[in-house]
Amino acid sequence: MKQAAFEQKHQKNWSTLEQLLNTPKAKANPSFPQHYRELCNHLALAKHRRYSTQLIDYLNELVTQGHHYLYQHNYRYQLQWLNFLVFQFPSTIRRNGYFVGAALALFFVPLLVMAQACYINSELIYSIMGHADVNMMEEMYDPSNHKLGRERDSATDIYMFGYYIKNNIGIGFRTFAGGIIYGIGSIFFLVYNGIFIGATAGHLTQLGYGATFYPFIAGHGSFELMAIALSGAAGLKLGYALIRPGPYSIKSSLRFAAKDAIIIMYGVIAMLLIAAFIEAFWSSTTSLPTALKYAVGIIFWALHLIYFIFSGRKNEFK
Amino acid sequence: MQHLFDTTYEVETPEAIDLSAKIAGPAPRALAYTIDLSIRLLALLLILAVLAFLGEAGWGVFFILSFAMEWFYPVLFEVLRQGQTPGKKMLGIAVVNDDLTPVTWSTSITRNLLRAIDILPFAYALGIITMACTQHFQRLGDLAAGSVVIYRKKYTTVTNLPPVKPSPPPIPLSIEDQLAITSFTQRHQEISSARQQELAAILQPLINQNKKDQHNNPVIHLHAVGNWLLGKRE
Repeated sequence: MKQAAFEQKHQKNWSTLEQLLNTPKAKANPSFPQHYRELCNHLALAKHRRYSTQLIDYLNELVTQGHHYLYQHNYRYQLQWLNFLVFQFPSTIRRNGYFVGAALALFFVPLLVMAQACYINSELIYSIMGHADVNMMEEMYDPSNHKLGRERDSATDIYMFGYYIKNNIGIGFRTFAGGIIYGIGSIFFLVYNGIFIGATAGHLTQLGYGATFYPFIAGHGSFELMAIALSGAAGLKLGYALIRPGPYSIKSSLRFAAKDAIIIMYGVIAMLLIAAFIEAFWSSTTSLPTALKYAVGIIFWALHLIYFIFSGRKNEFK
Repeated sequence: MQHLFDTTYEVETPEAIDLSAKIAGPAPRALAYTIDLSIRLLALLLILAVLAFLGEAGWGVFFILSFAMEWFYPVLFEVLRQGQTPGKKMLGIAVVNDDLTPVTWSTSITRNLLRAIDILPFAYALGIITMACTQHFQRLGDLAAGSVVIYRKKYTTVTNLPPVKPSPPPIPLSIEDQLAITSFTQRHQEISSARQQELAAILQPLINQNKKDQHNNPVIHLHAVGNWLLGKRE
């Protein structure tokens, strides 16, 4: 069959399909799959019969559009977020237990060592922070400073909420992204943040400011620290996939790793949002008794442990 | 060797046909990014101008919005606008999964979070180096997410052919030659007439061999043969 005859014969089918694809609501038309399959057949025929490139390009574009419509992955189902929360996130964490363990160690070992070191040696803090920064930090948690031991107004709360979101989630994202350079970036950010947070805690305790510092961090600490460690774990997974691709090509190994890593990152985003909220609206209040703040902090840590160890465990393949 | 230079990207679909796409290189992508960056900065300035009147709470909202613009501006557009941010749309390129299906949330978030590394050490140097080293111009984020950036063109339906009376080819033509002539005929409106003359002149000796031939202008002769090969008889 010559091209002109072929075009004439099927033109109607193609324009119907074009119309279907251009009117979003009509896409649910039950005749779509049949039209689409015929079109695929026409493209194959056109290629086989060596019709002109122009016709093939046109058909190819139409098939691409149909393919986009037919094979879209953005399906949504009810309570998807609940499924993520109860099953997907915690079991992904458990499945990648080695990376989570490594990230926790890379974060908390420098944190604890530095806290201890800064507690013993009051000068050590100056080796990692400038004088101005240390002064600012001391001022923030100085129990004798009446101006800061205040009830903030709600505008300031919103300001701090925005600031924590921008700052903390940004740190989480960079800690994850750094993993793609063979894990080096993630390791760097984990250790760096561990040292910094540890030094701050150790130094303030040594100054005797613990009574203002610890009640402040008790509420959001579990969410924030765990989230940073988990974003590091997601990054380490990417890095490890590049170093040891196993039976796969490096490219596929990276893609498989990224699938789990991004699930972890969804959880990390949620945790850091919660942390920013608590930090801005709960941790900063001074009217609540210290004991209550400690109690809430301990409960949150316990909930984290229970959640990551037990949630969704029943449905996992052994 | 040819496949190393070719930017055609082919995927076999479940319908057992080969779907092809043209991969977009670093240049259009950099331009699209520049456009997006300008749009983002402009939007942030506008937001800032409004929120500046709201005091500290305004700054808080500004932080949240600037954070969202930094990380999620591309994600939202890519997922909700068929893989095209405004910049990509202007350049006629789009992000798709590497099986040429539309990008999903996970794909888009992965490739956009990893921007933080592609942008290092300055001006996307790492991303550009990775793109140069991979066959389908993928930066690190694309590699991890399994996405490619392709051209999205609007092809017109069947074109109008040149108004020339069809005539059969004077000699039997191989399939490759037939394809070349039909493409030449169909693209008669895209190629400048000077270039058409130049291209057709290559065949002058071939045409002169056939004395009975009615067309002396090689372009018209080729169009006539092209029309014939495409199946026109009138």
